[in-house]
Amino acid sequence: MLMENKAENKAVFDAESAKEVVKELRDSFVTGKTKSHRWRVTQLKAMLKMLEENEPQIVAALRDDLSKPEFESSLYEIQMLKNSCRLALKEMNHWMMPEKAKTSLTTFPSSAEIVSEPLGVVLVISAWNYPFLLSLDPVVGAISAGNAIVLKPSEMAPASSSLIAKLVADYLDSSCIKVVEGAVPETSALLEQKWDKILYTGNVRVARIVMAAAAKHLTPVVLELGGKSPVIVDSNINLKVATRRIIAGKWGCNNGQACISPDYIITTKDYATKLVDSFKCELERFYGKDPLESKDLSRIVNSNHFDRLSKLMDEEKVSSKIVHGGQRNEKNLQIAPTIFLDVPVNSLIMKEEIFGPLLPIITVDKVEQSFDLIHSSGGKPLAAYLFTNNKKLKRKFVETVSAGGLVVNDTAVHLAIHSLPFGGVGESGMGSYHGKFSFDAFSHKKAVLYRGFAGDAFLRYPPYTPGKLTLLQALLSGSIVGIIRALLGWFWA
Amino acid sequence: MLSSMEKSIAELRETFKNGGTKSISWRKSQLKALLQLINQNEDSIFKALDQDLGKSPVESYRDEVGVLKKSVTYTLSCLEKWVAPKKAEVPLLFFPAKAEVMPQPLGVVLIFSSWNFPFTLALDPLIGAISAGNTVLLKPSDLAPACMSFLVETIPKYLDNKAVKVLAGGADIGERLLQLKWDKIFFTGSPRVGRLVMAAAAKHLTPVTLELGGKSPAIVDTLSTTPSKAKVTAKRIVGGKWGPCTGQACIAIDYVLVEEKLASTLIELLKKTIKRFYGENIKSLKNISRIVNKHQFQRLVNLLKDPNVADSIVYGGSVDEEKLVIEPTILLDPPLDSEIMSEEIFGPLLPIITLKNIEESINFINSKSNPLVIYAFTEDDTFKKRILSETSSGTVTFNDSMVQFLCDSLPFGGVGQSGFGRYHGKYSFDTFSHEKSIMHRGFYPEIEPRYPPWTDFKLLFLKLAYQFDYFGLILLLLGFKRS
Repeated sequence: MLMENKAENKAVFDAESAKEVVKELRDSFVTGKTKSHRWRVTQLKAMLKMLEENEPQIVAALRDDLSKPEFESSLYEIQMLKNSCRLALKEMNHWMMPEKAKTSLTTFPSSAEIVSEPLGVVLVISAWNYPFLLSLDPVVGAISAGNAIVLKPSEMAPASSSLIAKLVADYLDSSCIKVVEGAVPETSALLEQKWDKILYTGNVRVARIVMAAAAKHLTPVVLELGGKSPVIVDSNINLKVATRRIIAGKWGCNNGQACISPDYIITTKDYATKLVDSFKCELERFYGKDPLESKDLSRIVNSNHFDRLSKLMDEEKVSSKIVHGGQRNEKNLQIAPTIFLDVPVNSLIMKEEIFGPLLPIITVDKVEQSFDLIHSSGGKPLAAYLFTNNKKLKRKFVETVSAGGLVVNDTAVHLAIHSLPFGGVGESGMGSYHGKFSFDAFSHKKAVLYRGFAGDAFLRYPPYTPGKLTLLQALLSGSIVGIIRALLGWFWA
Repeated sequence: MLSSMEKSIAELRETFKNGGTKSISWRKSQLKALLQLINQNEDSIFKALDQDLGKSPVESYRDEVGVLKKSVTYTLSCLEKWVAPKKAEVPLLFFPAKAEVMPQPLGVVLIFSSWNFPFTLALDPLIGAISAGNTVLLKPSDLAPACMSFLVETIPKYLDNKAVKVLAGGADIGERLLQLKWDKIFFTGSPRVGRLVMAAAAKHLTPVTLELGGKSPAIVDTLSTTPSKAKVTAKRIVGGKWGPCTGQACIAIDYVLVEEKLASTLIELLKKTIKRFYGENIKSLKNISRIVNKHQFQRLVNLLKDPNVADSIVYGGSVDEEKLVIEPTILLDPPLDSEIMSEEIFGPLLPIITLKNIEESINFINSKSNPLVIYAFTEDDTFKKRILSETSSGTVTFNDSMVQFLCDSLPFGGVGQSGFGRYHGKYSFDTFSHEKSIMHRGFYPEIEPRYPPWTDFKLLFLKLAYQFDYFGLILLLLGFKRS
């Protein structure tokens, strides 16, 4: 997927260029500039200003790249980013403070603490579906932790990539924060370099390449991937509210092209019809009779993904299961909200992450069987959702479903809770961020032990005698009674 | 047709899937069984360590048996607390929602341990993995064969065979294990092999913890204080170099940095202490481990082959190839570009590098890759602060050596080339857990503006809501704010 070459003569960004960029950032980092509290504050304030002064331009770029409705751009990209900056500005002092650690009798007298320090020069590789949020939210974390940063936005959202490059250069400290635009060749050049941390948001295939490249330099990574996030819908719930919340998390989030979008639904055979009817009703209320005319839906990002989704819809045993929607406009890259009922479990649409406006509903006899279905699907998704009023079901869900994050009775909103770590497990990723977790993701937590010169346990040193062994046993156990007894025994031996 | 290795792993996966390792009572019973294993087999453990490494019982207790007992006991006392979900704060906007973070086991984990502390480095991670509710395959190092055999034979007698397995073998077994899919890999060893482990893990997107090594320096700034402090400093340096497995430890002091004018005082103190602890010469050497095998012995001997390096020896230098013993050796200012100053020594050779001013030690350390530990013997608070803020290492220990290993509340791990991830105490539990975010909402109240069709009013409402500007929201709803 090569980027269209613009008229200007762009110098080729190869491994040499990447090496130079890293060297420049490392030289900046070594001066200690990014470590200072003042630098971090000015950068975050500058980013806030950048977002405030360029909202229309950001909205326009997102409209170009994704036909993203202004509402979504304004809230999920700009507002959430601003919140992130504000939280970091408010809490950073607290995050930067060393954390006291307890010490025990075994090392008495001593004191200990854990000091956060920046990792150094970090690489953030972002995705195309939330180009601003997924680029700059990690950058907020990296700045607050005191690092120098290279950001590589996705080439599949070119207007956003170009705007991000311009804004970052205009507002932030370019001796410490740089944007490198480009596609596979540029990303590969960057991945050859030695980074102190890499945060990658994207798909499983590229994640493997990123981690393999990181392995050469022993670089730790955070991988924010995806998966098939299921929604279990029980009966005896407020169906209208549940339906609306599923719609908001599915089509209200970039038309289903979001890592935490509900991917498919599991409900009971008895409830399925009611659910489908509720969807039909609410979807029309939200998007009108002809969703392709609605201004409140993103389009499909490009023809590759349009074709991919079409293939999922057109598969023989699947196309007959459409119960709502199905309209397409290839020229405008639009697909209407489409619901399928009871597609075969081994169909393509049930095997890969959909990442689009298609919603299969799978039915089971009893709602408890949903858990088996989720477990048998193999991978652990980034999110899992359950709508129910049944306490037992909630408990089973929370205890047995393995996913990055779970939400009961809503979808997607857990992103807004900064006290919750956001990340995956298994194939949905490793590591997490958001809020303080972003600061932690880009920090090294250095253990520090302070000892004095008194209290030198002669037992540590040779000559090693059986008596020392007994005393040592007592000392290591940390039990004061044991220590006193052993000491008394030593004195009277 | 599955190999026996694949069958074992399939069994581990089945056990995990069926919830065999989930309950707290199972985890506690395993930990108690491990404690029993250690308590009932102390003598065999001492014997195996003597056989493989020449460790004396006190060293074995101090560095392996005692550490493990402490770790199990601590874990048993904290387990219920660690397993409990932790409440997370929810903004008023979502009232009455609740949020929490719940630790969950990762699944089937692979632990590679190293030969120098064959029990601690195998069983301490095992304690973490079990406490977090995982099934485990432990692959001890075959370079400590008696210890490996002990583990292979004894663990099945005490622990749940369906959930904890030990596999004997060398590098080839390790390679085969790395081809398979794990939910976590915990590796202790060299950076070279660490790279291979991470590259293999990348294929399956398996998270890893790498506990590697590096050149851990000791900055010495306390010799001009009282004689007693100088003596203690010397003891702690000697204890931190030759005490742990004769320097074959990731947290052993690799080299010393001291001011020129104090070098001879330091060397004299070190010599006296070495003689007192370990004997007058190589013939009367005692209370010290030996080199693990011929390969490591040869590697260390080769470090001294360079004539410039050999010339810098000021104490020791004798070797006994038959017994695989190298006596404690001190070098004064070997060439900085020699191998002994560029590679991790991992043996009983201690270079002392002199500087005009002790503050230069910071730049010196920064010119090398991040070590696992920086030891600094100093009472100068300003210098301490500088060391903390201007260097980067896994840990910093002031005025002592090795003891940070005993602190359960401090994370133990590296940074940069010394590794990533950490363990000990609760960090062991965390390293083998996935912290799952959970949010509970009720059906009421509803935040209507979330839903299309979207209007300017809804946008403004949500903007205020997202900023948690509740006052602004009230104004908006009362009609006092305009879109």
